[in-house]
Amino acid sequence: MGKIESALLNIGYLETLSYQQTPLHRLDPRAKLLTTLVFIVAVVSCGKYDITGLIPFIIYPVVLIAVGNLPPGYLARKILLAAPFAFFIGIFNPLLDRAVLVQLGPVGISGGWVSFASIMLRFVLTVSAALILIAGTGLNAVCLALEKMGAPRSFVMQILFLYRYIFVLTDEALRLVRARALRSFQGRGMGFKVFSYMIGQLLLRTLDRAHRIHLAMLSRGFEGKIHLVRPLHLRSRDVAFFLGWSTLFVLMRWYNIPHLLGNAAAGLIR
Amino acid sequence: MHMADALISPAVGGTLWAATAGLTAYSAKKLKKDLDEHKVPMMGVLGAFIFAAQMINFTIPATGSSGHLGGGMILAILLGPYAAFLVMASVLTIQALFFADGGLLALGCNILNLGFFPCFIAYPLIYQKIVGARPTQGRILLGAMAAAILGLQMGALGVVLETWSSGITELSLSTFVLLMLPIHLAIGIVEGLITAAVVSFVWKAHPAILTQASHPPAARVHSHKPLLLGLALFAVVAGGMLSWFASTHPDGLEWSIKGVTGKEELAGPKEGVHGVMAWIQERLAFLPDYDFKKPEEEKAGQKEESWPEVSPGKSLAGILGAAMTLLLAGIIGFGLRRYYSHGKG
Amino acid sequence: MSHHLVEVKDLHYKYPDGTSALRGVSFRITHGEAVAIIGANGAGKSTLLLQLNGCLLPQAGTVRIGDLPLNRKTLLHVRRTVGMVFQDPDDQLFMPLVHDDVAFGPLNLGLPVEEVEARVESALATVGASHLKDRPPYRLSGGEKRAVAIASVLSMSPSILVMDEPTAALDPKTRRHLIQLLKTFNHTLIIATHDLDLVLDLCSRAIVFKEGLIVADGPTLEILQNQELLDSSSLEKPLRLQGCPVCQAGSGLSG
Repeated sequence: MGKIESALLNIGYLETLSYQQTPLHRLDPRAKLLTTLVFIVAVVSCGKYDITGLIPFIIYPVVLIAVGNLPPGYLARKILLAAPFAFFIGIFNPLLDRAVLVQLGPVGISGGWVSFASIMLRFVLTVSAALILIAGTGLNAVCLALEKMGAPRSFVMQILFLYRYIFVLTDEALRLVRARALRSFQGRGMGFKVFSYMIGQLLLRTLDRAHRIHLAMLSRGFEGKIHLVRPLHLRSRDVAFFLGWSTLFVLMRWYNIPHLLGNAAAGLIR
Repeated sequence: MHMADALISPAVGGTLWAATAGLTAYSAKKLKKDLDEHKVPMMGVLGAFIFAAQMINFTIPATGSSGHLGGGMILAILLGPYAAFLVMASVLTIQALFFADGGLLALGCNILNLGFFPCFIAYPLIYQKIVGARPTQGRILLGAMAAAILGLQMGALGVVLETWSSGITELSLSTFVLLMLPIHLAIGIVEGLITAAVVSFVWKAHPAILTQASHPPAARVHSHKPLLLGLALFAVVAGGMLSWFASTHPDGLEWSIKGVTGKEELAGPKEGVHGVMAWIQERLAFLPDYDFKKPEEEKAGQKEESWPEVSPGKSLAGILGAAMTLLLAGIIGFGLRRYYSHGKG
Repeated sequence: MSHHLVEVKDLHYKYPDGTSALRGVSFRITHGEAVAIIGANGAGKSTLLLQLNGCLLPQAGTVRIGDLPLNRKTLLHVRRTVGMVFQDPDDQLFMPLVHDDVAFGPLNLGLPVEEVEARVESALATVGASHLKDRPPYRLSGGEKRAVAIASVLSMSPSILVMDEPTAALDPKTRRHLIQLLKTFNHTLIIATHDLDLVLDLCSRAIVFKEGLIVADGPTLEILQNQELLDSSSLEKPLRLQGCPVCQAGSGLSG
């Protein structure tokens, strides 16, 4: 099934990207995580009709993509794929809010279109920040950061376990789906009955595996607590990264940079 | 159904993030206290199972579209509410990070909608009440259906409230509700059927699994506490959001109430969405001042500088400035790219 | 040397669904021995292995590891002494990185971090997987996974190594490497396997299981040439011994 394979490739590719050794990747994950959150909050706090205020924020993803050697085309595709929900909620704005807000010469642009553009801009910014976080840091480091910042150990381990077994389980699911596909000749999609059997089978196998994993853990002395030994060292450049970017975000919210630039340029022209 | 960051405000996102973070910590503590940390390998693998299962689609006969599993209910039935909640939270986290399915700030909202409601409300209050300690095929079906449908309705309502109270969308409460709830009713039915089918399958193969998962009677007594806490929290948050919105957008709330009470008119145009839209536009036409005033009032609630007046000169400056900013960003990015790939690679 | 002893007396075990897996099993394995456990599927091999480190507890009869009888109180001690390598390495490697999996055991034993790191290094070096230390387990090949699984057990410094189908699904070269590696070990080896050529190469003694009971226990070469015994236990001669002119001439049988 194309969906399963492509999902696996997706995760695998993002993970491969996270193994690179660029200055971005070498930063402490806590700095990156916090900066990303500040970024998202800053972007999301912009007003409903704000477009020029949002535009300067593009500098963050752009710089990180460049420094982290991340593929912009790939990221752009992922953003596009994730867009439907925001798009379909946002598209109601132009339908509902038709009063003209901005007059550009003869053309009047309604508030709805402006807020819709704002939504889509927000979307691109926030989603790219999240993807860059994972591609530039890797899940292990992100989880480590979460744990060091206070997330419960069992939750963090849960994420890591889940991730570790995604490949194994999607592999099994893929085999089940293929086996069925080879035996169905009408080419129609799967019916409900077969589907529920398949899911049931997958679940039983999963539970068996869980049991075996537990036995393997017990055999190595597991008594309930999982130890993860990975030291993290916060260096001055990590702090500088966080403080620098956060300050910039605050400034960009305070001053509308495109307006400043535009006015300055217009002033020069006169 | 996953909320995106683009649609929420910091207030809504932040509040729910904090709330679900607290609930996650509480669930983890509960797991530790009940010595259920041995469940972690099973939880991890079941999380991966949900992932894998979500990728298998089946065709829904009449519609030609495909359906797939959500998973919250199955997890709750197999693991109990706390563990299931943690698993759903972890699944949603991975989806947000790797698939951009749901935003990072909106993660709190998503965990509430898709984790809290099925695990802490639908499961104990509906499924467990129906199925009880001695499950039968019929009760499993009924319990799963009722719990899934109601759980998803609550989740959908959550999405609606979160988006609407953030004020980014133009959709009114009533329209949004009308949009989301019926769709999720259908999804809920599908989820209920899948859950019932899978649970029956597993139960027939290994009946012990279901009895293992339901917690011992002693724990049942305690299980109401987080539920009540969660409900209270939700009520406070929802109440807070609604009242905040009401205070900054008095017109908006009034208008939606008008929309709700004007329901008889709504039943008229039965051409589906178009009919509704037409009706709404009609109403808008009667309130021209309202529309123009709206942007100003929005800004009163948010501290940002004012949108330029509708004078051509200033708009042009804005556009020019925006173009310059983008150009600048592009140059910086390009330059850095070359520097790092040639020099440091 | 008694702390390396494995002694099983009249062991019985029945699964919750009623299957009687072990119906009175007794044997004694001494320090440094390499013993193969062979027999048909469902004969009780895996169940026995799970008894040896307390994953399952005897319902009747006793299991003795070294000085300790196996019961709930001695579990941690027993697991320190008996290292178990499971059939599917994916079940055994569940941590984010190889390093974490190999460190899992020593950390559970409460060893200090420097000691743990030292053990991880030496265990990985022993199996020749030092270069894999910082990889996630799902990016390893089958052979690499097996090697790391063994390392994850070696890092606990067990004196007895129990393995379930170690060569299953390995390509010939990897399999050969594994056999050579195992030959260098001083541990007591208890290996459940269908790979009878491995048994010939590695184990001086073989115990044959059939329907929950031991039907033979003795020197490998003797057992693996006993055609009647092999036939009745759903086994056959190792491929190396089949079609061997000397054996055929000796037993008077053909092919």
